[in-house]
Amino acid sequence: MTPIGRDAEVFPPYLYEAYRATIRRSPYETLIEFRPTLSELTGPGPAVSAVTPEDADLTRNAGTGGEAIGERIIVTGRVLTGDGEPVPGTLVEVWQCNAAGRYRHRVDQHGAPLDPNFLGIGRCLTDAQGAYRFTTIKPGAYPWENHENAWRPAHIHFSLFGPSWLSRLITQMYFPGDPLHALDPIMNSIPTAEARARLVAAYAHDVTQPRWALGYRFDVVLRGPTATPFEPFEPAAGAR
Amino acid sequence: MTVRGLTPSQTVGPFFHGIVGDGANVLVTPETQGDRVRVEGRVYDGDRAPVRDAIVEIWQANARGRYRHPIDRRSVPLDPAFVGFGRAATDDAGAYWFETVKPGLVPFTADTWQAPHINVAVSARGLLNHLLTRIYFEDEPGNLEDPVLQRVPEHRRRTLVAARGAAGGRVVYRFDIVLQGDAETVFFDL
Repeated sequence: MTPIGRDAEVFPPYLYEAYRATIRRSPYETLIEFRPTLSELTGPGPAVSAVTPEDADLTRNAGTGGEAIGERIIVTGRVLTGDGEPVPGTLVEVWQCNAAGRYRHRVDQHGAPLDPNFLGIGRCLTDAQGAYRFTTIKPGAYPWENHENAWRPAHIHFSLFGPSWLSRLITQMYFPGDPLHALDPIMNSIPTAEARARLVAAYAHDVTQPRWALGYRFDVVLRGPTATPFEPFEPAAGAR
Repeated sequence: MTVRGLTPSQTVGPFFHGIVGDGANVLVTPETQGDRVRVEGRVYDGDRAPVRDAIVEIWQANARGRYRHPIDRRSVPLDPAFVGFGRAATDDAGAYWFETVKPGLVPFTADTWQAPHINVAVSARGLLNHLLTRIYFEDEPGNLEDPVLQRVPEHRRRTLVAARGAAGGRVVYRFDIVLQGDAETVFFDL
């Protein structure tokens, strides 16, 4: 089943058998609907804001004084709600493997080298126009155990909070022109080609910096607070 | 009215631990107002195997029932020593825990209330979208009238109610999360 509150043409189903880990982790029962309350129309987004400028440069934030190896890139874009409003001041978190396709993580057993100068973790806040910007290196593809000769296309994981508990989003950004897209069950769990295409960053020559780094643009559109009225929670007259 | 296509969700995968900061599961400081509680439990899959790579996130009101958020403009006081957001990665036993305070009542409509509860989002490898649920507290009489619990078939409500216990002189609420199958936790479509 797909949650009704999330458009079934956009969001993956919980059970997508080609991605084997969903088989024993997807709920059997129908999810229960209710009209969002103050608990869901609020959320941690506006309050969660601890970042330093260094956090947004993954090529240098390992604390070693050295620079990560790989194709240096800039990933930038805007965070918007579905009605086109920018989401300012919201936390954007990213994590990724290194240029060789290896995560700095205890469960990653891929026989590719670690890069001592790359943690693969970054964070920043959107500005007043909802824009974020990271400097990093292009992640490699890597094998995984889902099926014979399975490889994940190069991707960067994104986590965003947005204005409410309902706007919380965890997703992955892919790179244009990657032949592994068509073979990846995680990407193909998204029901429509149009929605899948929204996870593919665009090469952006206006973002590319001469003699420095290639640019990619990736906008993120979150479920917005305007999707649901919150009149019931206005204080009664005289209670302000 | 949506004019821009929403960005789809993808699984958090198994490699997210770098974004879970140390101490992100401790929501309180010595100055925080309210009754300290520990909330703990395990996350299980459909085979009752522990889910070792889940991230559990919580969002809650303070002990007086106020959310730290711009749309909660009620006169109920904020607590300067409490935000209400926490995060925990499960360990090799599928276990997570939070140190927090029990939240107060929060409004449903202008003159009706919801029982104290903690909002929960569960993400994991194998979850293409996160799952939303709620933790209620078994010793709260308001559970009987809670408008969200009333939406849940009676025989499944207990999956949303944390059992009260004690350890080391502290109140501990136990809340296991079962992703699939027998005693499957109620998840919400929101």
